[in-house]
Amino acid sequence: MRLALLVILPVVASAAAYAYRSGRPRSAWLLAAATAHLGLTISLWVDPAGPELAGWLAIDALGLVILTIVSVLFAVVAVYAVGYLSTESPRGGRAFVSCLLAFLAATSLVALSHHLALLWVGMEATTLAVAPLVFHRHDRHSLEAVWKYLVLSSVGIALALLGTFFLAAAQVQGRPLLIEDLLAGAKTLQPGLLRAAFVFLLVGFGTKMGLAPLHAWKPDTYGEAPSLVAGLMAGALTSCAFLGLARVAQVMTAAGQGPFMQPVLIAFGMFSLLVAAAFMIGQTDLKRLLAYSSVEHMGLLVLGLGLGGTGVWGTVLHVLNNGLTKGLTFLTVGNIVLATGTSHAPSMRGMLRRLPVSGVLLLVGLFAVTGSPPFGMFVSEFTILGAAIGQGHPWVGLSMVGLLAIIFVGMARTILEVLYGDPGEHGPEPREGALRVAGPIVLALVALLLGLYLPVPLREVLARASASLGGAVP
Amino acid sequence: MTDFSDLLLLLVVLTDFWVLGTTRLSSTIRAAALQGAFLAALPVALHHGLTVHIVALGLGTLIVKSIVLPAFLQRAIREASVRREVEPLIGFTASVCLGAVALVLSFAVAQRLPLPESQTALLVPVALATVIVGLIVLTTRNKALTQVVGYLILENGIYVFGLSQADRVPFLVELGVLLDVFVGVFIMGIVVFHINREFDSLSSARLTELKD
Repeated sequence: MRLALLVILPVVASAAAYAYRSGRPRSAWLLAAATAHLGLTISLWVDPAGPELAGWLAIDALGLVILTIVSVLFAVVAVYAVGYLSTESPRGGRAFVSCLLAFLAATSLVALSHHLALLWVGMEATTLAVAPLVFHRHDRHSLEAVWKYLVLSSVGIALALLGTFFLAAAQVQGRPLLIEDLLAGAKTLQPGLLRAAFVFLLVGFGTKMGLAPLHAWKPDTYGEAPSLVAGLMAGALTSCAFLGLARVAQVMTAAGQGPFMQPVLIAFGMFSLLVAAAFMIGQTDLKRLLAYSSVEHMGLLVLGLGLGGTGVWGTVLHVLNNGLTKGLTFLTVGNIVLATGTSHAPSMRGMLRRLPVSGVLLLVGLFAVTGSPPFGMFVSEFTILGAAIGQGHPWVGLSMVGLLAIIFVGMARTILEVLYGDPGEHGPEPREGALRVAGPIVLALVALLLGLYLPVPLREVLARASASLGGAVP
Repeated sequence: MTDFSDLLLLLVVLTDFWVLGTTRLSSTIRAAALQGAFLAALPVALHHGLTVHIVALGLGTLIVKSIVLPAFLQRAIREASVRREVEPLIGFTASVCLGAVALVLSFAVAQRLPLPESQTALLVPVALATVIVGLIVLTTRNKALTQVVGYLILENGIYVFGLSQADRVPFLVELGVLLDVFVGVFIMGIVVFHINREFDSLSSARLTELKD
């Protein structure tokens, strides 16, 4: 019942938020749904739930990790959104709140689905739910961004459906497309069809993740969407798309197709790092900079998955770190954009003095997102690097270090200018709303704690998630 | 009924080439509508014995792919007042040749992908070829409307492949309807926001803005 509730609750709240025309209860719907969702997610940590709907909905370690990212990030974003809608709400935000909640329902469905067709439905629903959010400002640029996003992701989602059909065709025994049955009968899967399924699903979910060279929508969409939407997409949506890919990887590994899959994943990972590094140098738009940073982190995720062994542990850890850190950086940049009215970096200077809280948060975010110690991302990136070198891919490891260094320099140069540059003449100091800084502060603390200490229950769940993908715990 | 289904699959391929070779948008849409009609007959031809499920699938396909979406597309042509595809990335003759290459490739690939219980040897190659033709139209045409037709063709290819699994996995082919939702959204974009041509990259537009 709890699993179904995690999806139904936001759907109901979404409909209710749309149905009520008056503005006040809307924020209440958002906060209530986010709190209830978070409560249900926490209850799954304390007391695991059994499968529901004939096994179509179930929670395993991997799903729980993704669900937790979605739930925590959404709770933070919901609080932020209340502050955001009170400052910038030209159109009342009825559709905005409703779509946010629909997005929560769709991402929860992806996290909980153990039936690959149902997972695909959730993935398709996320695309549709997020489109009006990207188009929130209703101007020419956001129209262009949402159009590009829809065209590219709709092709990706179509190819993912084709991949799902191939997977169904490859299966000869067991209930069709249920993960448990696919894994149990993995050895009987028809290898040719399974490989074809993998290729299509990789392209499909890779488009939704924004892996290079399938990332063309990402800078435009993240650049034009409201920052909290971009944060949700970079943190929660990409994690869900990664989960789709991870499900396929589970099946491929169980079927003994690891040697076919791993080089492909490593290649996609390295190429994403390369593209991110190339486009982050000299990038002057803060949100586009963060979008390329997201391409980088998606690359690291599939790289770790492709390396196998302890690399998978690094990847699982990295999903968690990426989800939370992306929320932190986008929401913080959102505050700065709200205050200055632009995301063009050269037009914002001296942010550390003008917006002290957001300025410090941006500085923290810079170090967190580039994987500097002592933040969580340092640990996960270091684990992936260790896996590359330890498992006989020294060149992959070396190029990874080089590219990460370039990315660090590219990001630091732009962001440090924004923080320390001379503000010159500017208007009155903008106010930083408490609602809009509380969430990022929490995320920054969690990102820091994850680098210093992994609580035992979290470590256990991450270890099980890593094991389900054929990984080892260092 | 294999002969009949083979005939239908061949007709699907012919409509693929029709779409690749025409410049007039309304003609492209007619081709897509006709392809929808062939696709609607396909489940009935492939499966022995008319079950309620098969008939409903055929009827649903006919209504969505052959009547509703083409009608919307024709309306979008009027609203956006575009008649012809202009300056495609790849010329029309070249696209037809590319389509032929795609067809040959699809047959070669399909040889290596034996479906466990395939009803006809043509099903998989036609499905793959249609997917590729859809992708060609989608990526090489400039008008948003032609791209939507390309997406429709791509989706039709996926539908053909899905038919091979319709018996084993219930409600899998039907999921394709969710892709038609995208088509609907695209047409809406064209009608409401007058999106006529594909957008150039935002980044290059930005670069020119920043040149001061």
